[in-house]
Amino acid sequence: MMESIASGLDVIWRNLPFLMIQGFLGFGNFVGGTLRLAIPSIVLGFLLGIFIGIGRLAPQRWIRLPATLYVEFFRGVPLVMVIFWMWFIIPIVLKTAIPEFGVALTAFVIFEAAYLGEIVRAGIQSVPRGQVEAATAVGLSGVQTMRHVVLPQALKNMIPSLVTQFIVLFKDTSLASIIGFMDLTKAAQVVNNREIRPFPIYLFIAVVYWVCTYSMSRYARYLEKRIGPA
Amino acid sequence: MKYTFNWSVLWTGESGQWLLSGLIVTLELSALAWLLAVALGVVSGALRTVKFRPLRAVATFYVEFFRNVPLLVWMFFWYFGVPPFLPEVIREWMFGHGLEFWAGVLALGVYSGARFSEVLRSGIQSIPRTQMEAAVASGLTTFQAYRYVILPVALRIIIPPGTSESLNLLKNSSLALTISVAELTFQTRQIETYTAKAIEALTAGTLIYLVLCIGLASIMSWVERRTAIPGLITSGGRRR
Repeated sequence: MMESIASGLDVIWRNLPFLMIQGFLGFGNFVGGTLRLAIPSIVLGFLLGIFIGIGRLAPQRWIRLPATLYVEFFRGVPLVMVIFWMWFIIPIVLKTAIPEFGVALTAFVIFEAAYLGEIVRAGIQSVPRGQVEAATAVGLSGVQTMRHVVLPQALKNMIPSLVTQFIVLFKDTSLASIIGFMDLTKAAQVVNNREIRPFPIYLFIAVVYWVCTYSMSRYARYLEKRIGPA
Repeated sequence: MKYTFNWSVLWTGESGQWLLSGLIVTLELSALAWLLAVALGVVSGALRTVKFRPLRAVATFYVEFFRNVPLLVWMFFWYFGVPPFLPEVIREWMFGHGLEFWAGVLALGVYSGARFSEVLRSGIQSIPRTQMEAAVASGLTTFQAYRYVILPVALRIIIPPGTSESLNLLKNSSLALTISVAELTFQTRQIETYTAKAIEALTAGTLIYLVLCIGLASIMSWVERRTAIPGLITSGGRRR
């Protein structure tokens, strides 16, 4: 028992640089990295999500309908499917293959934008109507009202949900390993193929993921308390 | 690269059979994992609201650890990591009886159970404290109070978030393809491999998932209306 724990720890220790620097951070011989995928995904996904969230609330039907269909479609399909779609469609559209990073990033941005769009929509709806009326009364245009009055307040209300969604996205990046992107999960698979010690290796990366997501969720809870209900 | 469509690959050869068997495996996997998840979710969700500290701590550990690690890691953990520790006899039996399927059920069920647990806990906490006090005052034990007063109300309150978690479970079952369970996404890939018609195959798989999700959501919104507690749930059959 003690022996097997010690040898398990030894396996982790010997492979720690590969798992953490290559797999988690993304520096090394392979294109990879959980963080290197997660951070641009959330930023770009949020930017697209803002447009979709606003589109969902647009008074014009021809904007509202596509935005609603977008959200309903991507929330009804597994992320793995979206990744495979991108994997096959991007080479057909661009007429050339792109690296796994680009495929995974596109899939995550498109997929997460549907969920982030709903957060943006809820955030905008949480801003009292009187704010919009007051902005209109002082002579701001629709776009100006959105840009200077509604969005800044909505953003503040959205922060806890955004952190929660980032946690989801952070966990979802493990799916990029399916198309061969060298993230933490793929790095663990590579190490396991060499060492054949699945129990300690997968338990170790579970703990790494847990430390990151749990501290983020504590932070979200702290923000929720500090900001309080709007 | 010029792509020529050939939709007939979906109804010629074995594609139809593959999709159907993939759909059945997806439904079997999801149903079994759902039962496990609901059982774990109800027990741990209820335990997180009791006064006795050690029980609460165990439930909290389960929820926080399993919910915060990617499902894919749990798939690999249960499929590759755990079986070597099982006794020889059980392992032999499992290898002969679809180890990957049962590992998938366990991974999906235990992971989703932690998520259901949070849904149930917030449902229980939304019930006024006086209900519990009244139940105890009228002579019920804590267990009886949960069994006859708190849980029946909580389970009806949580139908909308519970539905959305159940749909997540259904969509997440697609990850079982990584441990080679022949579910819907796996079969979609198989059609692609055999016919080299990616768009057609993916369209078929995507449509099946969409129909499943939208269908289930509509059924559940009907159930929600039927089981609504008068005066308590005012949303009245809103989808998701």
